[in-house]
This record gives sequence, structure tokens and C-alpha cells, in this order.
Amino acid sequence: MPGLKHFTTEVLVIGAGGAGMYAAIEASRQGASDILLLERSLIGRGGATVMAQMTVAAALDEEDDWRHHLADTLAAGRGLCDPALATLLCEVGVDVIREMEGWKVGWARDGNRLRAVQAPGHDRARCVYVDFLSTGPAVSRTLRAQLQKHDRIRRTGDVVVTDLVTQDGHVTGAVGFDIAHGTPVVIEAKATILATGGLTRLYRRNSASAHMSGDGFALALRAGAKLLGMEFVQFFPIGHLAPRMVGMDPIMWDPFRYKLGGRLLNGEREEFIDRYGGTDEGKYTTTRDLATYAITQEVAAGRGSPHGGAWLSFRHVPAEELRAAFGPVIDKLAANGIDLTQNDIEVAPIAHYHMGGVQVDTAMRTNIPGLFAAGEVVGGANGANRLSGNAITEALAFGKVAGHEAAHAAPGPAFSMEAAKAALALVSATGPMRNTAALVAKLQAAMADHAGPFRDAAGLARAAAAIAEIRAETGDLPPGAPGMPFDLARLDWFDLRQMLLVADSIVTAASARTESRGAHQRTDYPETSEDWRLNLLLSGDENGLSLTRISVPEAA
Amino acid sequence: MPEATLVIRRGSPGETPRDEAFTVEFQPGASVLDVLRMLRVERDPTLTFRYACLNANACKECMMVVNGKVTYACTARVMEGTTTLEPLPNKELVRDLVTQIAPPDERF
Repeated sequence: MPGLKHFTTEVLVIGAGGAGMYAAIEASRQGASDILLLERSLIGRGGATVMAQMTVAAALDEEDDWRHHLADTLAAGRGLCDPALATLLCEVGVDVIREMEGWKVGWARDGNRLRAVQAPGHDRARCVYVDFLSTGPAVSRTLRAQLQKHDRIRRTGDVVVTDLVTQDGHVTGAVGFDIAHGTPVVIEAKATILATGGLTRLYRRNSASAHMSGDGFALALRAGAKLLGMEFVQFFPIGHLAPRMVGMDPIMWDPFRYKLGGRLLNGEREEFIDRYGGTDEGKYTTTRDLATYAITQEVAAGRGSPHGGAWLSFRHVPAEELRAAFGPVIDKLAANGIDLTQNDIEVAPIAHYHMGGVQVDTAMRTNIPGLFAAGEVVGGANGANRLSGNAITEALAFGKVAGHEAAHAAPGPAFSMEAAKAALALVSATGPMRNTAALVAKLQAAMADHAGPFRDAAGLARAAAAIAEIRAETGDLPPGAPGMPFDLARLDWFDLRQMLLVADSIVTAASARTESRGAHQRTDYPETSEDWRLNLLLSGDENGLSLTRISVPEAA
Repeated sequence: MPEATLVIRRGSPGETPRDEAFTVEFQPGASVLDVLRMLRVERDPTLTFRYACLNANACKECMMVVNGKVTYACTARVMEGTTTLEPLPNKELVRDLVTQIAPPDERF
């Protein structure tokens, strides 16, 4: 095949956010002879890690214990956490956050003690951070610096993986293309780690990077792996809504609430969280699922803010206190015309994180030999609702475990180009021009309107119909031809192919779960049912998804 | 209705660069990145620019030349009247507004 680029590696890591970078480092430390780290964007720039504003939960304090963190994680998960995975997150989490400290990430400190805030759902101050709102960039930078110390790790950005290669029930590599040149790529690997992050790009308003199209969930399904908990998409309740800001992350009000409290008010400037079973009173204690519910209900009742959200007010906080807590961020707000001593801002729920994902064991192995997963793409650790601060911890802890296991994985069958043939044919195909960017926007609108935090049978049926319609419009062939530099219309087509399968997974699971729990709220089934304390396991592909009910593992 | 016009330098290596103008309704507060993303959906999905994060100025990938100055598309605001956009002048051109900004040892 002309222009085909062929790589051979021992451990392939797909995705260079926190989980992927940590996995690569650990695989190298475990003696893997060659590690290939691929990223859709640029190494350490894409994904959700770099977007993290503040909190990283770990039981670091000498009076704390990972078992307390575990208890909070399990409670937040509304009965659906896999206790073994949650344990791993909390226990290994302590080690990796300490290791990051040794790598000079720069956690905020008071003398010898790390400074920590108490995030909603935690029993104590347990969330460390890097000032000011710099946790994600600091974590990314630190891991990038470590990567560069490992000669056996090859790092390549601007590569998208479109399919995994399977032989005799093993994953033996992957196929994709290089975005900068449009060149098809085939990679043979003894072990492959999916570290592709979440699926927030499926929704119109979202808080992660543009590339979080859910690639890993689709890659896993097509390779024969299984997904669980796909109905549980976390919406962050107080994403920035108005006035319009530039150069700021919509999640930025989370750290403001940690440090300064602030008051959440409806359109009539009344506190309202207490009407839904939470408390506000200037404190930030209500969990994400409940706050999302409360804001959406107020808007539905005609008591929203002008743009359809809630007001967040810091007007009672003195200017000096604002400045002490957020320094340069106050200037950035001023450049956006926002003075918090004078103006309230509007906030509304925004797609933020995915609790569901690839089913793995405590070694991050999927049911397909040769295929591992790490980070947000893994399902189960966070059940039906993720505790604040657990995402970065999960990325790093699971990355470490996956890197360790992949380095020691038993080899599968010898790679065969024959097995990669269909996937290579697709990335080498030529097809008619389509406005794939508009089709992505159409899918985002359908998912936001009908498969957001609130669902009912009629809405989910509309979402399913929209998916089928967009799939028909997307067609079977990518627009254009291979070999074109940075062909975004073609890249969007490959993304759509993954996004449609992932959207279908969410809608299928959400339609089946006829109860409300955590991030999955059915307006036609508002109660939580003990009979539904189980997981929905998905397998299949666009030709048909099948669901199985499995029990939640008991604590060991 | 107040309008904003983006004049965008387009082309691939080896081609003669061309300027294309896109006129849109002026939206107070919109960033250059906001308008570029909207143009891909509503006008031309082949318009090419690079970004990873959404207006958070975290990924630092959307650097380009806006009205003659090197800046980030996510922090520059589109004003009423004309805004010119060009790729970075001192980097290898990939296509339209995208240049090769990956460190040399992290390229394909």
C-alpha cells in the first residue's frame, strides 16, 4: 500500500493525557523494550487532564486513610461502584499523587503540609491542587518531563487510531492515520492500552477537550471488549453560562466555590438547593448529581436565570479575599468585564465526565487478551456518580497499573496484515464530500436535548432516531481521499463513526434502565429502585448492541 | 445588524496562499476560535485550524496571527469590522491556519 507507515512496538499506548503518560512511564520502568505513545492532539496537550482546574483527591494527610476516601467514593457512586476498582483508585492514588509531588508538580502547600480543600461528598479536606487553577497544566507538564527521561518511549502526536486489530480473540495492534499528512498507519503491538479519555464531545455544552469523542469506547466494542455503566454521564452543575468569557475554562467556578463558598441562587435570587434535599448557605457541599437536578428543575419551573441556568454570587466576598484566593485569575475576569464584587455570573450543567466505560479487572485487563484500559475510559470505579477530585487520581493510578501489567503481558499471535485489511481499507478509502462538522453538531444537539442528565422514554426514542438519521447521512465512506494534510472534514467523519456507536451505547443503556440513580435521571421513572442495583453490560457494534444485566461485585 | 468579517489566509504547502473572507453576524464577546468553529459547521467544513481545549487557553495549540499579531485564537475576540487571520510565519505550514508546532521528536 503506497504511503503506509508501519510501526512495531511492545506496548502501544493510545492517548497521552494523564493515564496514557503514566502508563508509558510505568511500562518503561517495568522493562518494556519499546513503548509507542500516540496522541490525537499533541503530547500532553489534549484530553481532559490538561483542562483540570483544581482538585485531586487522595488520602495524603497522616490523619486520613485511603479507606475513608473509599467510603466517600462508594457512597457517591450510589451503590454501583466496583469496590475493587474503587479501592485501587483510593489506595494506589496515594502513591501516585506522592510520586507526582516527588516529580515537583508543585501541589500548593503551607510549610511542610500540602494544602487541601474539602470538595463536596468528602468527609474532610482531601483535595490537593496547584495554584492558580493550574492543576491540569502542572500535571501534564510534570508527566511530559518524566516521559523525556525514558529513551524507550517514542512519543508521536497528531495520530488518530480508528480500529484495533484482532486475531484469534487477541488484540495485536491498531490502524489509524497521521493527521498532519493523512498517511495511513498500522501498528503491531504485543499489548495495547486504551487511554483515550471520555466522551464529552457528544454533548453541545461540554467541558473537556475537542477530541474527547469517545474513541476508546468504540474501539473496545469493535474489538470484542465490553462496556458497562454507559448510561451514567456526569454533568458538572455549575459550568459557566454567561456572560461570554474567553480564555477561561467553564469549570472554573468549582475552585471558586471551594475556596470562597459563594451562593447559588435561582432567577428570583433565592437559595433553592434545600428544596431538593441539599444545603447551600454559602457552602459548597451538594454533590454533582443533586445540584444538576436542582438547577434543571428550577429552570423548568420558570425560575432560571436569563440564559437558562442559575446565578452564582460572590458579591458578599471582599475584594481583598478574592484577590488572595485567585490572584491573576481576578485580572483575567476583569479583562472579560467581570467584577465579582459587582456582578453575579450565570452557571448551568455541562457535560463533564463519563462514569461508564470499558470493563476491566484490577489489572486493567479487558476480556480481550492484549487489550488494557486506563483512566476515564474505564468503567466501574465511580459507579453512577463520580466524587469530585477522583478523575486525575483515577487517571494516574489506573495508568500506573495498566503500564505495569502491559509490560508483563504474554505475547499473542504473530501480527498478520491480513487481520488489519478491512481497517486499512477504510482509512485508505475515497468518498463523497459531506459537511461532517455539521453532522457532529447535529449529534451533539440530539444528545444534549434528549440524552442529557434528564431522560424519558420518548426523548430517548428521539435520540435513537436522530442517531439512525445521522448515521445514514454519514454514509459508509470517509469524504475526500487519504494523503491530505490536516483534513478536518475527513477526521470528523472518522470521529463521527466512533461517536455514533458511543451515542447508541448511551441511549441503549439509558433506555433500559427504568429507574433514576446518580447521573441517570429518568423523569418517567423518578425513583431509585433496589432491583436496579446492578450494571448493564454492553457488547456488539453498529450492527447491533446487546445488553446483559450483571450484579455489582461485592466488597472483598 | 452589526457584522464581522474574517479574512482567512488559506492554502497548503506548495500552493499560492489565498485570502478568503467570511462575513458573519457580530456576536459581542465571541473569540476567534468560537467563530472559526461556527464557520466549519455553517459554511465550510474544510476550513483548517488547530485546537484541543475549548476556549480554556490550556492546550496552547490555537496560536496564529490575528490582525498581524501572534496570539491565541481562543483569547482574541472578534470585533465589528474586519479581522485578518494568518498561520504562524516562522513555522512550517501544514494547511490553512495550521502549522507544525509539535516538538521535533514528537512528530510523525
